Amino acid sequence: MTDQGDYTPRDWGSHPPNLSPAYKSTTLRAPGKPLVVLPQSLSERTGPVYGQNYVGPLDNDLTKNAAKTGEPNGERIIVAGQVADEAGRPIPHILLEVWQPNAAGRYQHADDQHDAPLDPNFLGAGRCVTDGDGRYRFITIKPGAYPWPNHYNAWRPNHIHFSLFGPSILTRLVTQMYFPGDPLLELDPIFNGVPEASRQLLVSKLSMELSEPEWALGYEFNIVLRGRTATPMEDGA
Amino acid sequence: MRKRQTPSQTVGPYFAYGLTPEQYGYDYKQLVGNDLSAGDVVGERITIRGQVFDGNGDTVRDAVLELWQADSEGRYVHPEDERGSNTGFAGFGRVGTGTSAEHFYEFQTIKPGATGDNQAPHITVILFMRGLLNHVYTRIYFSDEANDADPVLALVDPTRRKTLIAQRTDGPDGVVYHFDIHMQGDLESVFFDV
Repeated sequence: MTDQGDYTPRDWGSHPPNLSPAYKSTTLRAPGKPLVVLPQSLSERTGPVYGQNYVGPLDNDLTKNAAKTGEPNGERIIVAGQVADEAGRPIPHILLEVWQPNAAGRYQHADDQHDAPLDPNFLGAGRCVTDGDGRYRFITIKPGAYPWPNHYNAWRPNHIHFSLFGPSILTRLVTQMYFPGDPLLELDPIFNGVPEASRQLLVSKLSMELSEPEWALGYEFNIVLRGRTATPMEDGA
Repeated sequence: MRKRQTPSQTVGPYFAYGLTPEQYGYDYKQLVGNDLSAGDVVGERITIRGQVFDGNGDTVRDAVLELWQADSEGRYVHPEDERGSNTGFAGFGRVGTGTSAEHFYEFQTIKPGATGDNQAPHITVILFMRGLLNHVYTRIYFSDEANDADPVLALVDPTRRKTLIAQRTDGPDGVVYHFDIHMQGDLESVFFDV
């Protein structure tokens, strides 16, 4: 076996603590006992491989992949970025899954009873695979803010959920992308559960390079996954 | 300069149409479901079934579980396992707890073989839910296997090892392994920092 070393540990200085009491649901769901440290074996250094053949032609365009009668309502945006490891090496050919509410802040989900309209032309789910340089891109509608029952008058900031695989189960990541300048961020206990020094890593940047004139604004969201402790050999080098 | 890992955030309560759309009845093709044993997969067909409990002992209705396992010969479908794998076995599945009345999850799969390093046959579980800011990893071992020499179980407090061992029953539904996950309390499952 090619020995590229272990994956780097989860950086608990960058991830939120599981028990974050301001986010009330953590109090009954965060593990109460310390995690048991597990040396990495083949069971952990492997993981499912989902490439381009698992992605349909409209999967990365949420404005089209559930359209029934026309375009969904809201502000069309482009979200794109690069997935890399901690050493800055791009991670090619990995799957991203995204989901979000519509422009009115409503999820098409039986549990979402927010009194805001559903959009018959928008589901809010998509997928894409990073290219050879670790880059991804999808088209969607800017999600709306919505209320939630955590505390009186609690509202989630605009966000898009991201799920990434990476090359092993150890690089698995589920996170949320936020938007720059959102005044709800400083009030949000989920965002603020992240150590302060790492919060801005979850906030996308407006990018005029990604924007398309007369059509859609672009937001850049780069993602960093766990890397290997040893530098891989270049193919053929 | 090393980059900082992108922080984890909760999967939230509304993952169903993003991660498990067909299971929840959405008109959107899902990446993967709870049947890992479909087709000509080689191995003993088994069902793994259980519930997830919060700190009050209530069932969690909005969790999503992922399985990652070796094939019946103990080999992973992955470039890093150079032994190759049984034809057609993917080794990965995903299911939410929100579509059965008592919030059971269920997987149809095949029993994995031993992967090496003296480890007993096992399956990795990755668990996500609202109120969980970082996904957790645990393992399923099997009650009818020789688990005593397993080096991972040896790392675990002996009084907690039972939380990692699925209990086998042979009945009209075939071979069913029961595996509950408790987030907190006396029965709290062992979760790994890996």
